[in-house]
Amino acid sequence: MADTAMPDSSPPLGAADPRTRWRYLDNILTRKGPFVDEDAILGEPIIDRLSTMKVLFSGAGGLGCEILKNLALSGFKDIHVIDMDTIDVSNLNRQFLFRHVDVGRSKAAVAAEFVQKRVKGVTITPYCGKIQDKDDEYYMQFGLVVCGLDSIEARRWINATLVGMVDGENMDSMKPLIDGGTEGFKGQARVVLPTMTSCIECQLDMHAPRPAVPLCTLATIPRQPQHCIEWAHIIAWEEERKDDTLDTDDPEHITWLYQKALSRATEYGIHGVTYAMTQGVVKNIIPAIASTNAIVAAACCNEAFKLATSTNPCLGFPEQNNYMMYSGDSGVYTYTFEHMKKEDCPVCGDLPKTLHLYPNSTLQELLDSFAERPEAQLKKPTIRTQSTSLYYQSPASLEEKTRPNLVKKLSELVGDGEELAVTDPAFQVTFRFKVAFKK
Amino acid sequence: MSQSTPPPLHQGPTAKEKKYDRQLRLWAASGQAALEDAHVLLINSGPGVVGVETLKNLVLPGVGHFTILDSAVVREEDLGVNFFLQEESVGAERAAETCKYLQELNPDVEGHSISEPVEEFIARPDTLTPYSLIIVVAPVVPDVLSKISAHGTATQTPVFYVHNVGFYIHFSLQLPPAFTIVDIHPEPEALVDLRLYKPWKELLVNAKKWTWRMENMSDHQHGHIPYVFLLLHYLMEWERTHDGKPPRTYKEKTEFRELIRSGIRTSNPEGGEENFDEAIGAVLKSLNEPTLSSTVKEVFNSPECEDLTEDSPNFWLIAHAVSQFHTKHQTLPLPGAIPDMKAVSADYAFLQGLYKTKAREEADEVLHSVRALEKSLERPNPILAAEVDAFCKQAAHIRLIRGRPIPVISPNEGVAWGERAKAAVNALTDESSLILLHIAFLTFDAFYAQRAAEGKARVPGDGADVEDDERLLTGLAQDIGTNLLTQAERELDEEDADSVKTRLGNICAELTRAGGAELHNIAALGGGLVAQEVIKAITRQYVPIDNTCLFDGVRSLSSVLLL
Ligand SMILES: [Zn+2]
Repeated sequence: MADTAMPDSSPPLGAADPRTRWRYLDNILTRKGPFVDEDAILGEPIIDRLSTMKVLFSGAGGLGCEILKNLALSGFKDIHVIDMDTIDVSNLNRQFLFRHVDVGRSKAAVAAEFVQKRVKGVTITPYCGKIQDKDDEYYMQFGLVVCGLDSIEARRWINATLVGMVDGENMDSMKPLIDGGTEGFKGQARVVLPTMTSCIECQLDMHAPRPAVPLCTLATIPRQPQHCIEWAHIIAWEEERKDDTLDTDDPEHITWLYQKALSRATEYGIHGVTYAMTQGVVKNIIPAIASTNAIVAAACCNEAFKLATSTNPCLGFPEQNNYMMYSGDSGVYTYTFEHMKKEDCPVCGDLPKTLHLYPNSTLQELLDSFAERPEAQLKKPTIRTQSTSLYYQSPASLEEKTRPNLVKKLSELVGDGEELAVTDPAFQVTFRFKVAFKK
Repeated sequence: MSQSTPPPLHQGPTAKEKKYDRQLRLWAASGQAALEDAHVLLINSGPGVVGVETLKNLVLPGVGHFTILDSAVVREEDLGVNFFLQEESVGAERAAETCKYLQELNPDVEGHSISEPVEEFIARPDTLTPYSLIIVVAPVVPDVLSKISAHGTATQTPVFYVHNVGFYIHFSLQLPPAFTIVDIHPEPEALVDLRLYKPWKELLVNAKKWTWRMENMSDHQHGHIPYVFLLLHYLMEWERTHDGKPPRTYKEKTEFRELIRSGIRTSNPEGGEENFDEAIGAVLKSLNEPTLSSTVKEVFNSPECEDLTEDSPNFWLIAHAVSQFHTKHQTLPLPGAIPDMKAVSADYAFLQGLYKTKAREEADEVLHSVRALEKSLERPNPILAAEVDAFCKQAAHIRLIRGRPIPVISPNEGVAWGERAKAAVNALTDESSLILLHIAFLTFDAFYAQRAAEGKARVPGDGADVEDDERLLTGLAQDIGTNLLTQAERELDEEDADSVKTRLGNICAELTRAGGAELHNIAALGGGLVAQEVIKAITRQYVPIDNTCLFDGVRSLSSVLLL
């Protein structure tokens, strides 16, 4: 547009310069600070880069609402959001892009609509569905990916996808992954440069699952209110209402479980079963508050902003800190450190992980242990050696053929030092383990 | 078992319980009630984002009332950094507009706005009385901050003073002079005290009974002896060969674990016993001398605990009674909770009953002392027994925070570091501490105050000559540093002095670079931190910072300083 072509219909004051709105941000985008990399060029080029970079973020929940608002007000203009959930009333205490009238609608769509209306000039493209619906070609269009997912499976999936996409010849195929998570007053923000630095899978043991209560405790010797609830959930429902599919969002179902658990507790003299506890155990509810979400989401977006603009050093570069742990229940505490890449990481490493096993334990026991092993967390593992199939979850014919192996001792099936390949339908990678028999 | 389900005892959660479910799991109905009773005042200034983001995190969980005091009119540049404004807001009062869009988040919250310069607002008498907590956002002139801080001291009202500039966050919390907390929510394991070093008679008698002729038990029985009884059994055995003394040192405890290990049956189908494993695992954490933590000692030794009056808060009366209990028994009242352990249901319930009964007895003893104190002090309203119970359960974790006035810098008088000078000097050379950022923010305030006194109030970097401001700010900051060394009667060697100078210079440069701008991300992070601390101060649950918190968004780390 020519400078002279604006005679009488000049826009109102303030709107004349499109950057007036971004005056505060521009102080940082145009002025060089003492910690900025020497080679970084601030100003126009960086403003352009920020405006044109496509950013993907997945998980429009408590963290997601914050992340979307923060990205839009950081100067990103082309944001894509993926979430498969719909809005529930218990989201409203922290997911501030949603109102009571939105209950039941798609989180991605409502969040995109709201922020696009509030922050002019930003384009937000929602997709209501699973991240697994999308392929490499889709993920390749983004400059970086931000995750605020509540499921560990989804995190591991996107991590493996981004690591798998890296082509050594083409640096553009390396998509930085910024991930946040919270639980009550605690949380973490981390930056992964796929294949270059420690990935989500390398860090899996930072988030060990709670050990499951043995089935025999639930069935015969309950001691805690939670044992009675789990009993109602796992055993009583199966026995008495096998034909109904349990829907943990159905109040009638929760009430039924609650009353079952309560009468079992009374029978065993156990106190403390409540409706809220029943709901918490059955739905695996993680406490969540607005303030922790705000802190962790902002920490993630601050890294995204620094990464996209070079306005200050960001977390995540090799041999730099890449992980910030946050805890706010006693004072304010952060621990920022470098989590090391693991050579035996099934996703980004080249070596099999050593597995110490008792030669007398059975294949079934090994199978069960994969669910609880912090570094594996595989619920439906299929196991083979280089030469034979030890156990297949599917198809049914193979399952049936390999089932007799489950009761056999490991020493009858594999040799000391032999390599196992384990796969699980939830993950696209093969987990490699090297057997080391305990003496 | 009967097939008929019992009549519904519970009609399901209320609408409010559903909406707040995820937070009620953290601070319960009592915390929620306190939050709903609160009226938070935000005194906003500058770009005004961190304060609004703080309120967002208080409106969502359902704070009762909030009021925004802000004299600014919405400008175009507000739209690029503040989420709670719209295009149509430009030209309108920022207090009213931000209030409107915050209010939308939660119909249960009542928002108010006042558009008036803060100097006029606080000049009126009683103007601050309606508020249970005050948040002041910098920049403000020292005089205003001093007045609000004095009001906080006089009325026991918590006051926050918040800076949010560029990549940096800095806030101080002024709590009442004796801020007490019972409910700090420690990890559940921390609430367990098995009292193995001082077992009471009934516990010992039962331990003997339950381990009598263990060798003759069936595998099932042997493998289901609750581990508390196992530990007591082996303790008695140990003491017989150790002059009646329990294992104390690490070495002794290791030997003691081997003693327990020698009792494991491996001939059973499992090839081991879980209850014995649990006993071995519990040795290091459960076998400890009953010593008072320094935080509890601080409570017992404070004058408020020793010199009770008719108006003493309940906390001090109960603390006094618990302290009497401790003097008499050399132990705190038993919390009564036991961890889950391998055992059959009835045995576990029996053991649980032993601990609960003892805890009940001891809480009753404390309650008895409380009643006696109430009588002698002629207090009209008795403390609820439930409050005494809750105190006894958490007696090992009670906290006292001595709130201190916000450090206010005036252009002429500098900073009085007082007794904190030495600790502050030690932090200067510690690269993980953010003390230099604190000094930079004190300087930031001095810079603003100087210009405000000349009628040209502005913050560093917000003008034509950024480099000039940077030089000025660095110079002022170095003066504050030098003055700190003088107050602490300390000197730094040349190398340390140079390093401190360079680091301080860099921080001042980064601060000036922002020119008073807020980055939305950092404002959102600051809003999260401040709101979290507000919630702790209001609910008296969890432990608030004592007393200044900093976040460095360049390096992504935080630091808390006691100043
Ligand atoms: Zn990895």
